[in-house]
Amino acid sequence: MSEKEYRTAISARGGLLAVNQTPGVAFGDRVMIRDHRDRCRNGQVIRSSRSEVLIQVFEGTDDLDLETTWVRFMDEPLEISLSPQLLGRVFNGIGEPKDDRPPIVSSTRRNVNGSAINPSARTYPREFIQTGISTIDGLNALVRGQKLPVFSGSGLPHNRLVAQVVRQARLMDEEGGFLIVFAAMGVSYADARFFEEDFTSSGVLGNVVMYVNLADDPPVERLALPRVALTAAEYLAFDLDYHVLVVMTDITNYAEALREVSTAKGDVPSRKGYPGYLYSDLAEIYERSGRIRDRHGSITLMPVVTMPSDDITHPIPDLTGYITEGQIVLSRELDNQGIYPPVSVLPSLSRLMKDGIGKDDTREDHPRVASQLYALYARAQEIRNLASIIGAEELSETDRRYLAFADAFDGRFVRQGEDEDRSIVETLNLAWELLSMFPGDTLSRVSETDLAKYRYNDKR
Amino acid sequence: MSVQSRQGIIQEINGPIVTLSFPGARMGEQVKIGERALVGEVIALQGEEAVVQAYESTEGLRPGEQAVGLDRPLSVELGPGLLGGIFDGIQRPLKKMFLKAGDHIPRGLVLPALDRELSWHFVPDPELTIETNLSVGMPLGTVQETETIEHRILVAPDRAGQLLELAPEGDYQLEQPIGRVRTPDGRIRKLRLYHHWPVRTPRPFRRRDHGVAPLITGQRILDTFFPLLKGSKGAVPGPFGAGKTMLQQQIARWSNADIVIYVGCGERGNELVDVLERFPKLEDPYTGRHLMERTLLVANTSNMPVVAREASIYVGLTLAEYYRDQGYDVLMLADSTSRWAEALREVSGRLGQMPVEEGYPAYLASRLAAVYERAGRVETVGCGKGSVTLVGAVSPPGGDFSEPVTAHTKEIIQTFWALSKELADAGHYPAVDWVGSFSEHVHVAAGWWHREVDTGWERKRESALALLSRDAELSRIVNLVGPEALSSAQRWELESAALIKEGVLQQSALDPVDNFASPEKQFLLLNIMLTIYQKGAELIETGVPVQELMKLPLLTRARRAKQSYSSQQTDKLREMLDGFIQEFEQVRLEYTRFEETTR
Ligand SMILES: Nc1ncnc2c1ncn2[C@@H]1O[C@H](COP(=O)(O)OP(=O)(O)OP(=O)(O)O)[C@@H](O)[C@H]1O
Ligand SMILES: [Mg+2]
Repeated sequence: MSEKEYRTAISARGGLLAVNQTPGVAFGDRVMIRDHRDRCRNGQVIRSSRSEVLIQVFEGTDDLDLETTWVRFMDEPLEISLSPQLLGRVFNGIGEPKDDRPPIVSSTRRNVNGSAINPSARTYPREFIQTGISTIDGLNALVRGQKLPVFSGSGLPHNRLVAQVVRQARLMDEEGGFLIVFAAMGVSYADARFFEEDFTSSGVLGNVVMYVNLADDPPVERLALPRVALTAAEYLAFDLDYHVLVVMTDITNYAEALREVSTAKGDVPSRKGYPGYLYSDLAEIYERSGRIRDRHGSITLMPVVTMPSDDITHPIPDLTGYITEGQIVLSRELDNQGIYPPVSVLPSLSRLMKDGIGKDDTREDHPRVASQLYALYARAQEIRNLASIIGAEELSETDRRYLAFADAFDGRFVRQGEDEDRSIVETLNLAWELLSMFPGDTLSRVSETDLAKYRYNDKR
Repeated sequence: MSVQSRQGIIQEINGPIVTLSFPGARMGEQVKIGERALVGEVIALQGEEAVVQAYESTEGLRPGEQAVGLDRPLSVELGPGLLGGIFDGIQRPLKKMFLKAGDHIPRGLVLPALDRELSWHFVPDPELTIETNLSVGMPLGTVQETETIEHRILVAPDRAGQLLELAPEGDYQLEQPIGRVRTPDGRIRKLRLYHHWPVRTPRPFRRRDHGVAPLITGQRILDTFFPLLKGSKGAVPGPFGAGKTMLQQQIARWSNADIVIYVGCGERGNELVDVLERFPKLEDPYTGRHLMERTLLVANTSNMPVVAREASIYVGLTLAEYYRDQGYDVLMLADSTSRWAEALREVSGRLGQMPVEEGYPAYLASRLAAVYERAGRVETVGCGKGSVTLVGAVSPPGGDFSEPVTAHTKEIIQTFWALSKELADAGHYPAVDWVGSFSEHVHVAAGWWHREVDTGWERKRESALALLSRDAELSRIVNLVGPEALSSAQRWELESAALIKEGVLQQSALDPVDNFASPEKQFLLLNIMLTIYQKGAELIETGVPVQELMKLPLLTRARRAKQSYSSQQTDKLREMLDGFIQEFEQVRLEYTRFEETTR
């Protein structure tokens, strides 16, 4: 390690510090920065030339001066120590303890950037996870190893929904649930507190590793945080064989921090000022989830994305949707009607559902029931729109049945208690109650056998 | 040139862009960078400096480390053993990398794409004699690469000349010579079963030819409504989740191409695994063999280095051209060309080039056109006709089709399958929007359909599209003033359009019967729905109330027909059609009787 410190800072701006007259410093290496009050900060080399180095300073560049700032190049990449002792602990964005307990000591150290999983080392995720939430399990089922974000808006109950998933998620064929890696980026103290209390009261705290960067913590640290958290998740999943559920909130804060730094760096902006590499950058995070051949553990990822002005075409949800394997979309309209969880099923999607449900996984009618419910609800929404124009009294009898169905769907299928843990069979039976509002021969997406077996005949 | 001058020194590392002081470096040349020997390519020269884009993460590289110029452009290995494989964006064999290096992709590891240990049974071309003048791309003989694909060994670029010796039939490994040639410069060189080709140089052919037959994909909305010719270019734009990948995988699975090259360019790892795990278990619908035997994957997933993403498209194209040159109809699917364009953008941004639209460099349109231009049906050098059909997915930000990549692509391609979020959200799959899509080849395709299936094809297709466009108009009226404002005939049009949508256009990739429809089945389904429409319309004219028709149970049967009968059961569909005609006749009779008694 080079013990030499450099006092040759030439510029500081927006979390970036440039230093010249440096030796050949490796790209990506860790840096220690000492300010005029002798306080230490951490940094990473993000551009390196023969005589000048650009450093992103995780604690930010506030209060630095150019004269008395000392920089030491640590000659090692950004790594964290890993051990089973991680569980139950709270860390900051670069893996330093935040809970007044000693740092993790271990000979297992990993580069936080990880490296890409070889596609031929993966296995396709197909094991159903029961979350106990009908709109997810029934229509947008989550499977082990999937990356499924929650698209929300400010003020919507995404935290409560995610906390409910954390409490209830379980695998069908295995005892024991998930280990949780919780990554909070730029969240309010109240939100962080909410999760911590929820983990405590449900008794899972010992199975959780928390990485927390609050809204008033330095934004640059948010850039490292998801990588650090995923490095821990990979260790728990692929070294220690656990099933790990990674919850990240809020990707929007992460992307904004990225924009801040990239702007300071002078990168060419693409949409809304976000850098052109936002897609690749997010993919580096999201693609770390999955299943690997011959490994028992898995990483399932549930990031929260609050859509700026509820706009799903905003670059952050948009690029997220292009990378993840579906999305759970929350609706302000349902929330205003007091429906919890306000999951809007039509724009929601789970792309991996098809291989995780059905005869051997949930129940044989599941795929067709989902498709039928979906089709009816889509039609019902059209009729709702029509009814709002011409009035419900003008509608035909069939159309009025659709309206009744839509109301029952929102009120009974979508709505459920925060502690209500519905089994998949309960969810499917509930679905059949709703389907039975229609004559059997109009249910073209389910099979004759399904109808004979599951349809409630008394309601015909 | 001395060895010394082929070396450079790292000056700067800026993400994937590394600047070297490297006098004498050549544009496009491959470089090994630093102590880790990362692979890169020279993309700009300025004075003594060479700007290199690295195909691997540059983390840990240090200014002052050395780089070595390899004096050759990015090339691929072409020879037997490609099919069934999965390669990364610079053609490293991913399966072998997994065996050698484990779950994650290591840096600086170089493995040859083709297995040197395997032996292939070579049968020399009987037409060739000593003294034959060989030109690049001429066949030397064949090996059986898979059960169904006969691999023609072609003359390598630097091996044209006079044939001196050709090995007898027998088993050879890739490095074993199978002959000798005297090249025009007088040198005597060995012939082998494989050769290298620089990926950015299109392979030569005799002449271009025009497309004559549609690529049959088994997907009704594509084949029947917006056909794509073998050897032409198509695009599938759509917002996330609209079904681009599903559609491309369906095409990969069911199309009547000889060889399918699937390039996962900046998309999900799991989607490639899906193909890798599923295809070997599936049957090639045309030969009955494993589907994987005709398939080859090139994978640069979204978390793999962005520069190799740009290369992956060219790697795929070169492989496609190579099989085309053996006389095959090759289909290349690229998912997604937007990620390729973004890779270009990223590199140009780091080079400080002037962005023109949404950060993209000015050369976006010309590069895109050059990529698509490598598709085509050609007369090959020595193996008759071959074709490369190129279908690119496009992922417009926010689903906005006016963005640069979609807009430029639209000008280049001939078939445009526009996916719509509204249709996908309504569960209408494939979500190909019949208003925004087009095919410039309907007329050529019609020739094929009229010859092979039914002379009524083009007319039926047009009536269906006309009905759908009236449906759009009528729906607007309904949404303003309600259905009561419509006449019986108009309401029947709405109902019939719904039949076309559900019974013909919608096609579930997940349904084991419906996921493929032969041209004959496609035509019959269309015919059934249009016949119902027409017969119903006639009855309405005679005064039968539309409500009576809506109650007919045959409507549900027609909707289910696609799942009820497979492509092998077209006789059942014909019976169904006849039955329906009779049922309508029945209704007519009953109604006239009823009219008479009440009169
Ligand atoms: N033909 C189809 N039949 C049934 N379901 C389909 C079909 N096409 C698409 N889907 C549904 O839509 C989902 C999304 O499709 P797909 O992954 O192909 O979207 P995409 O356009 O490639 O999205 P992205 O741009 O994010 O990659 C699928 O997981 C499936 O649920
Ligand atoms: Mg896709």
